[in-house]
Amino acid sequence: MPGEPLVVGRALTKRFGDFVAVDGIDVEVRPGETFGFLGPNGAGKTSTMRMIGCVSPRSGGDLRVLGMDPATDGPRIRARLGSVPQEDNLDLELSVWDNLMIYGRYFGLPRPVIRERATELLDFFQLAERRDDQVDPLSGGMKRRLTVARGLVNAPDLFLLDEPTTGLDPQARHLLWERLYQLKRRGVTIVLTTHYMDEAEQLCDRLVIMNAGRIVAEGSPRDLIRQHSTREVVELRFLDADEHDRALDRVAGVGERIESLTDRVVIYTHDGDTTVKELAQRGLAAESAYVRRSTLEDVFLRLTGRALEE
Amino acid sequence: MMSIRQRVPGTRRVLERNMLAYRRLWLIFVSGFFEPFLYLLSIGIGVGALVGKIPGPGGKLIDYRDFVAPGLMATAAMNGAIFDTTFMFFIKLKYWKTYDSMLSTPLTNTDVASGEIMWSVLRGGIYAMFFLLVMLLLGLLHSPLAVLALPTALLECWAFAAVGSAASSYMRSYWDFDFINVVLLPSFLFSGTFFPLDRYPGWLEVVVRCTPLYQAVALMRSLVFGHLDVSAAGHVVYLVVMGIVGLSIASRRLGHLLTP
Amino acid sequence: MAVRVSSIGHFLERETLVYRRLWHGTVFSAFVGPALFLVAMGKGLGGYVGANPALGGVDYLDFVAPGILCASVMQMAGADGLWPVMGRIQWDKQYVGVVTSPITPAELAVGFLTWESVRALLVAVAFLLVASAVGGLASPFAVLAAPVCMLLAVAMSGPLAAWSSSRTSDRSFAIIFRLGIIPLFLFSGTFFPVTQLPGWAQPLAQLSPLYHAVELARAATTGHARDAVAIVGHVLVLCGVALGGAVAAQRAFTRRLSS
Repeated sequence: MPGEPLVVGRALTKRFGDFVAVDGIDVEVRPGETFGFLGPNGAGKTSTMRMIGCVSPRSGGDLRVLGMDPATDGPRIRARLGSVPQEDNLDLELSVWDNLMIYGRYFGLPRPVIRERATELLDFFQLAERRDDQVDPLSGGMKRRLTVARGLVNAPDLFLLDEPTTGLDPQARHLLWERLYQLKRRGVTIVLTTHYMDEAEQLCDRLVIMNAGRIVAEGSPRDLIRQHSTREVVELRFLDADEHDRALDRVAGVGERIESLTDRVVIYTHDGDTTVKELAQRGLAAESAYVRRSTLEDVFLRLTGRALEE
Repeated sequence: MMSIRQRVPGTRRVLERNMLAYRRLWLIFVSGFFEPFLYLLSIGIGVGALVGKIPGPGGKLIDYRDFVAPGLMATAAMNGAIFDTTFMFFIKLKYWKTYDSMLSTPLTNTDVASGEIMWSVLRGGIYAMFFLLVMLLLGLLHSPLAVLALPTALLECWAFAAVGSAASSYMRSYWDFDFINVVLLPSFLFSGTFFPLDRYPGWLEVVVRCTPLYQAVALMRSLVFGHLDVSAAGHVVYLVVMGIVGLSIASRRLGHLLTP
Repeated sequence: MAVRVSSIGHFLERETLVYRRLWHGTVFSAFVGPALFLVAMGKGLGGYVGANPALGGVDYLDFVAPGILCASVMQMAGADGLWPVMGRIQWDKQYVGVVTSPITPAELAVGFLTWESVRALLVAVAFLLVASAVGGLASPFAVLAAPVCMLLAVAMSGPLAAWSSSRTSDRSFAIIFRLGIIPLFLFSGTFFPVTQLPGWAQPLAQLSPLYHAVELARAATTGHARDAVAIVGHVLVLCGVALGGAVAAQRAFTRRLSS
């Protein structure tokens, strides 16, 4: 894609005391793309986002946002950023409308301009009816949409969203995805973090997978699946543990890679149906055999491990 | 560093936010003024009727209501200034994350801190102004120098707001704020607001003379009676130094709290 | 509404457990604050108050001590009837949890009011000890001020809990406190006799439960109870408000918590 990158990080590092939250990552976001940070909780996504958002000083490395250095030009950069934090921090003392108005004023925008944009944004995010309501009684999905709308009030060149749909119900998630997709089509450059694979696959042109403060993979969702997984996955379930163990000997050598979990055996393969046939020829009788396309989840689990890290 | 010229609009925008918020809560804002006014009626006039003459500035004997009114004005200003820089500041910082949202815009740490302090000065100043007006209507002002009570109240509010924000930067939980009451209530009762310092044993009188609210109470009283002497300069210097110390502590600590 | 003593007992047990963990947070407002008021007003300002027939032949320290005691209890019970009640229904839902046990909402209301009277008793005992140390008690009958405070606590927190339990936000509470409770605090004969109020305002003071409590407590601590009829009248008013408040609170709790 043409144009200078909007974000360039080199050996970017964030430390809190002895704890290293972000451990020297290199990252680039190009104009017009939707870029994702994917990773488990505690991977360093939010710390990275806060550094890019110029609200948290970096501890090491180099960072340029919109061609400027956050350490010296924070306010000038923030003037052109839109930010959606992980937790809604709407102003609970103000109405829906006043939240947008005062946030626009923080950017020093003239009131008529904010009024026009706020009206548009409330329509766009289906909040126009709640315009004069207080913020607190709104549903979670509405609060989230208002936070996203608020982040767009300054018509930002770069839009940062930290876990935009965490905690929302499926309807609310899909509505928000659809709106973000429209923004993307209008050419807004978006950077988001998520731990939802479907979200990353739906929205991101390019993404990095983070784990323990480092980037462990980078590319488009399709590239990542191609590089780190196979096209399809066969999941076998067995009646009991004995069946499961006996089956392990028989499946050896089938597909590209085999993973044995407590409740199932996962076979990574280029062609699921052929694999299932091959298993049948070997006389393997699973309780169920389920063929599906490989997803980012497979990549993600392969790269960040299955153990729960809190 | 931002230049002063760039910073002023930032401060103003934080003020704008608070005005917008209190537009809906105007009754709460206004009721904050009633408390000192009711104290004036109850203690100043009600109890005042039981009290004989009392020594005022320069040892002149004065009516009790005249004695108590300037003290209550200083208290009103202090309370107005303290509330928004301590309790509200903490709630906005820890629970509502109001400052996080401000700092994701071009506003800076300094804008937030100076905006909140300016707001507190404004709020305390408005309370002081209305109280002064009530004193005028009740005939409790005895010197043209009383007009200086308003700027003095602004100085007082600024000094207390600065120390208030410095103190809140040390607060870890909501319960720590009990400590603020532990300081405020004795200040209110024992800073020469309700009775002259000669009621104290000598060493205690010296202690009271060193407390912050006493400076403001004594200043207000001498202005209302037009009895200025060199001690007034001492009180002003005390409040100025207190504000500067508060500000330097607050600005050193708040930056780290706001943008970790 | 049937109220079982055992249920009240269980509720009080629970409150005692919570209080044992959090009591230190109330030390200042419940015990130290009133004592500071007593010292400032009674000893500090009192030195300038001359003998005045309106004080009923006692000095100002003796006059103001029962006033400050009752006013402090009233303020505590008033605040308790507002934020904690609404908060435990609306915010952390403790009361919603309580009524899923065999305790009924009406029993919960009585339990709450009983607890308030226990708190008032603690405040009264602590205050009377301080007052006797600084010399604000003139009569051994002063111990009778404690039951007066218990009654006052119920009379204040009952009606307010009935109101606050029906609310979903605390928006009105700050106003009730500042424009209702603070004026009661200052004008119910606490710091100066109500006979000094302007003529039109004196009958208004009769409406204040605090006024009746202060008169009773003052008769107890000073030992001057000349007018037996007035004493009986004050007792009747206080008991009436307390009872009415308790019934209102039971109804309101039942309406809010059993639907």
